[in-house]
This record gives sequence, C-alpha cells and structure tokens, in this order.
Amino acid sequence: MSELNTNNPALKWLEARLPIVSFVDHSLGSKYPAPKNLSYWWNFGSLAGIVLVIMILSGVFLAMNYTAHVDYAFNSVERIMRDVNYGWLIRYIHMNGASMFFIVVYIHIFRGLYYGSYKPPREVLWWLGLVIMLLMMATAFMGYVLPWGQMSFWGATVITNLFSAFPVVGDYIVTLLWGGFSVDNPTLNRFFALHFLLPFVLVGVVILHIWALHQAKSNNPLGIDMKGPNDAIPFHPYYTIKDLYGLGVFMMFFMFFVFWAPNYMGHPDNYIPADPMVTPAHIVPEWYFLPFYAILRAVPDKLGGVLLMFAAILVLAALPWLDTSKVRSAAFRPIYKWFFWLFAVDAVVLGYIGAMPAEEPYVTIGQIATAYYFFHWIVLLPLIGWFEKPRPLPESISAAARKGKAEPAPLTNNLGTTEKA
Amino acid sequence: MMRKFILTAAAALGLSLVATSAQAAGGVKVPDESWTWEGLFGYYDKAQLQRGFQVYHDVCANCHGLKLVAYRNLTDIGLGEDQVKAIAAEKEVEDGPDDAGDMFMRPAMPSDRFVSPFPNDNAARFANGGALPPDLSLINKARMGGPDYVYHLMLGFKDEAPEGFELPDGKYYNEYFPGHAISMPPQLMEGLVEYADGTEASEEQLARDITAFLNWAAEPELEARKSLGIKVMLFLLVLTAMLYALKRKIWADVEH
Repeated sequence: MSELNTNNPALKWLEARLPIVSFVDHSLGSKYPAPKNLSYWWNFGSLAGIVLVIMILSGVFLAMNYTAHVDYAFNSVERIMRDVNYGWLIRYIHMNGASMFFIVVYIHIFRGLYYGSYKPPREVLWWLGLVIMLLMMATAFMGYVLPWGQMSFWGATVITNLFSAFPVVGDYIVTLLWGGFSVDNPTLNRFFALHFLLPFVLVGVVILHIWALHQAKSNNPLGIDMKGPNDAIPFHPYYTIKDLYGLGVFMMFFMFFVFWAPNYMGHPDNYIPADPMVTPAHIVPEWYFLPFYAILRAVPDKLGGVLLMFAAILVLAALPWLDTSKVRSAAFRPIYKWFFWLFAVDAVVLGYIGAMPAEEPYVTIGQIATAYYFFHWIVLLPLIGWFEKPRPLPESISAAARKGKAEPAPLTNNLGTTEKA
Repeated sequence: MMRKFILTAAAALGLSLVATSAQAAGGVKVPDESWTWEGLFGYYDKAQLQRGFQVYHDVCANCHGLKLVAYRNLTDIGLGEDQVKAIAAEKEVEDGPDDAGDMFMRPAMPSDRFVSPFPNDNAARFANGGALPPDLSLINKARMGGPDYVYHLMLGFKDEAPEGFELPDGKYYNEYFPGHAISMPPQLMEGLVEYADGTEASEEQLARDITAFLNWAAEPELEARKSLGIKVMLFLLVLTAMLYALKRKIWADVEH
C-alpha cells in the first residue's frame, strides 16, 4: 500500500509519515476489489457495522444519564425518557437498535448459509462472525437488565441460573456472575460495566472479521472465485453507493419503529420496576433469543437443555466440515436450496415456540423443531453434499453476467475487451 | 434480483410479525379501541387530557400514585402556571434539613413530582386490605394491550361472577383483569365528577378520559416523537431516492 494518486500536498505529507489514507483506500475504498455481482443480500454486513456504531454512540449518551443502582436505575431511565433533552429519542434508538442489530446480523448469517460463505477459504472469517454473534448476545442480555424492570430482573435470574446446571463449578460461576447470592446491586453494577466494555471488544473482533474478509475477498451469489479484473469492481464507488442506498432504506425501517412503535418489540412487564417478591406470569426473553430459548426448554433436564442451547451455536462453527459439498452457492445446489428454506422455517417455528408457555402442544412441537435443527446440521448437511448433483457452475462471474442478459451485449469491442471496470 | 430480494424480505417480515403477535398472546383478548394518539399523525386532545386529569385528581389519586410525573408537566396538557401551583400546593412534601438541622414539611411546588397517596408500599397495602394499588405513571405501557386494556378494565366489572367462578372475599369480578379477581372495587359511575368543560360524565366518557390522561402520563413525548418522525421520514425518503439515483448512475456502466 504505497501508491496514492493525489496531488494534495497535505495528504502526501501525511501519507509519507502515516499511510492511513492509502490504508483506508485499500480497506474500504477504490483499491479493494469486490465481485461485481453482489446482490442486495450483501448489504447487511456493512449495515451491521453501522448499527454497531449507532449503538455505541447512543449508548454512551445513555450512560451519561444512567444510574447503575437497584434503587435508582428504573427511575434514571424514566428521567432520560421525560427530562433529558431528546432522551426518549436516544433511548428508543438504543432499545430498537438492539433488535435491528439482530435482524441485520441474522439476515447476514442466513445469507452466509445460503451462499456457502463459511466454506474454504473463509472458515476463520465465519468463526469470527460467530464470536461476534456470541458477544452481541451477551451484550444484549446484559443491556436488557440495566433498566431494572420486571423482565430485566427475572430474565437475569433465569439466565444466570442456567450456569448452575454445570456440575461442581456451576454454583461458583453463578455466585461470580451475581457478585453475591442473588441477583442484586452487585449484579447490576457488573452487568453495566460489562455492557459498556463488550461493545468495544466487539469492535475489535469486527476489525478482525473485516481483515479476514479482505484476505479471502467477498463471496458472491454464484459462489465462485473472482478470476480476473473482469470479475471485480472497486469497492468505492460501486459498493459504497450501493451500501449507502441500502442504509437509507434500512434507516426508514429502523426509524419507523423508533418513532411509531418504539415498544413493539419490547415486553410491557419491563415498565414495571423490578420486584424480587413478584414473579411475572411468563418470563420471556427478547425476541432474538426465542429460538435458543425454545431449544433450552426442549430438554426436560436442565443441564441437557443448557448444553443443547450452547451446542446450537457451536455446531455452526463446524459447518465448514459438516457441509461436504464443494459448491458454495445454493443457486447451484437443487436439493440443499430446499432444505435451506426448510431450516429457515424451522428457526421461525423455534422462535414462535420460545414465546409460548411451556405446555402442550408447544412442548412437543418445540422438541420436534429442536431435533430438526440438529438433524439439519449433523445429518442432512453432510448427506446432501454426497448425494446431490450440483448444476454446472458458470465459467466466471463476467461470463455469467453476459449470459444473463436477455439480449446478448456486444461481447467484444475493437480492442477485444468487454469490461470497463 | 431486486424483486426477489424485496419479496423474500417481505416474507421474512411477515413471519416475524406472526411470531411477535403470538408472543403477545395469553390473557384475555382486549377489544381494540381507537384513540387520537394512534397512527402516523397521532396527537393528544388537551381538553380530554384535562378531563382525565380531573378524574385522576378527584378519584384515582386517593389510592394511586403518579410519582414519575412532575406537577410542572401539567402545563403540557394546557393548565396555566397558577393552576399548576395551586394543584401542587394541595400536597405537602418533606424538605430540609433547615438551618437548625431539622426536616420540615412544605407545600409541594411545580418542580416536585406528584406526591403519592401513601408514604410507602406497606402503608398502601395496609390501607387497602393487603392489595397494593399500582403507581399509574407507566400503566399504559406496562400492561399487555396498553390503553385498550386500561379502558376496558375500568368498564369490565361485573356485578356477579359467572357461575362456577370462586370469587375470594374482598375481590371483585372483572372481565379483563388476568385471573378476573381484582382487589379494586368498581370506580366509575355516571356523574362521578362534574366536568369543568360541561362534558357529560358517562361511564364510557370517564373511562376514555382517564385512559387518555394516563397515556399522556406514560408517553408525554408522544406528540414530539411523532411530529419529529414525520420530518425524519421525509428527509430519509428524499435522501434515499437521491442515493438510489446516484447508485443507478454509478452502476450504469457495469455489466452484472
């Protein structure tokens, strides 16, 4: 990264001392080649990054006005809502931003599943993404505890108690998490400290994620490698503008919730101050945890449920080996394509079951859906790879683009080149 | 490609909506009511809020606090500063210590939060046969069904429990209360208050007005929120349209 096409003397001066301009240009700018056929499903990675920034900014302003103490936390949040200038806006952005973050990241993950983005050479990139998801979950969980409403308190009680299922060390872990012998002020204090810290750890892992991405370059809807300059276009301006357009559409979706349905994705019980003496009728986690909550509850045994829930995420780390197909994109995998959608339906069913009380028929449906979740990864995925006959892959990204046109574009000009990029 | 993308996104959104509305299930289904503050351009009817405040002040406030709302906030529903001062001064709050180090009582001021009817929860329980009348500051946000629930709860009392229902002593049967046995006796009756603006105080009118007032108490920012939302949306629409045009222009020469 040495070349910098500029006549600006100040930039040249800076570049000679700290090549940061060319670094950015190589990372997100005109020197980063991206496949030219990325669809809108590829917008969600940059969207997730932007949501992370929005969360950190809104979170810092909330932290300036929040009091992490069991006697004051609930009222300090209400003071933000009522007396802090635009406090309601900051809080609703942060609150709904958490849901938006998961919507965007779940779509990003499902995109990766559909187009085989976890396959070589992107395994480490995929793992880093899973680490990001786990960090997000921990951060979101602890953030939900901070307003110290009824769901905050009881959610914290249920989830931290899960760790007591582990033999021998379980109780020690729980005491450590609580900072005492029940969910109380020390719990709130450490959750606040960790909720402030973890997003910055997230930023670090996101940087590693992007680093790994730049090593392997983006996957694409065809799932084949870029085979030359004809297949690639520079990230800037092509994908910067496409991502900005996507950001505009996404912000309208996001802001609709902030301004018109700010509590739609929340639970009314969290507007009741925490009361250790009154247990809510149904303790439900936030929507983005529901599928995992359903898996947790599918097993009558506590330890079994906890292990299965963690396994549900850990199994994803093994996908590069569980998926035996050499073809990345489901577009060329006639059988896998259908099972992908079946799995998506299964995930939604799990989410629905997670929201339902633990009674029939939900328990049985939840157990079937949980069994299918693991069946899909551990049995179907390897088998489909062996039996499926993939459709022929196009010779290159640019060849597929030419073929895709209804009227064949002039294939060559006088110079024998076709592409302008 | 774009169309396929939008279709899939819409399908996913539809599925998630089904899932979240399923989450709201459980408890008695509350009939849907229409309110002025609903919708894109929702607003509060100040006359209605003032009527609702009158009901709260004369009736509810005997048992239910409103401790997150300050007296000064009442200027937002159209009360004058002198009125607010007079309303605040009806109650006393503890202040101090004074120069001699003693705590003393003084009339509440507009800057004070609403004074709760009982000094603490135990006193409230003691005075109400063991039941704790909840603080109403957030009641419209803290119940499934929100304002619709509050409205129907106020009107949902039945003189007699249906046959086979064991109603404990000191409880009242309410169609919409979870479990149906509520400790609060029916409160609303025709002509309960004499409205300053001459509106006829029917039971439905009383219930609507108190629900409106409590919604304002729970979401005082609502009008500012929705009107800012309209501006933000218009801005985003124009910006996104321009970004789309720019995207088309930049991508015009790429075969993909």
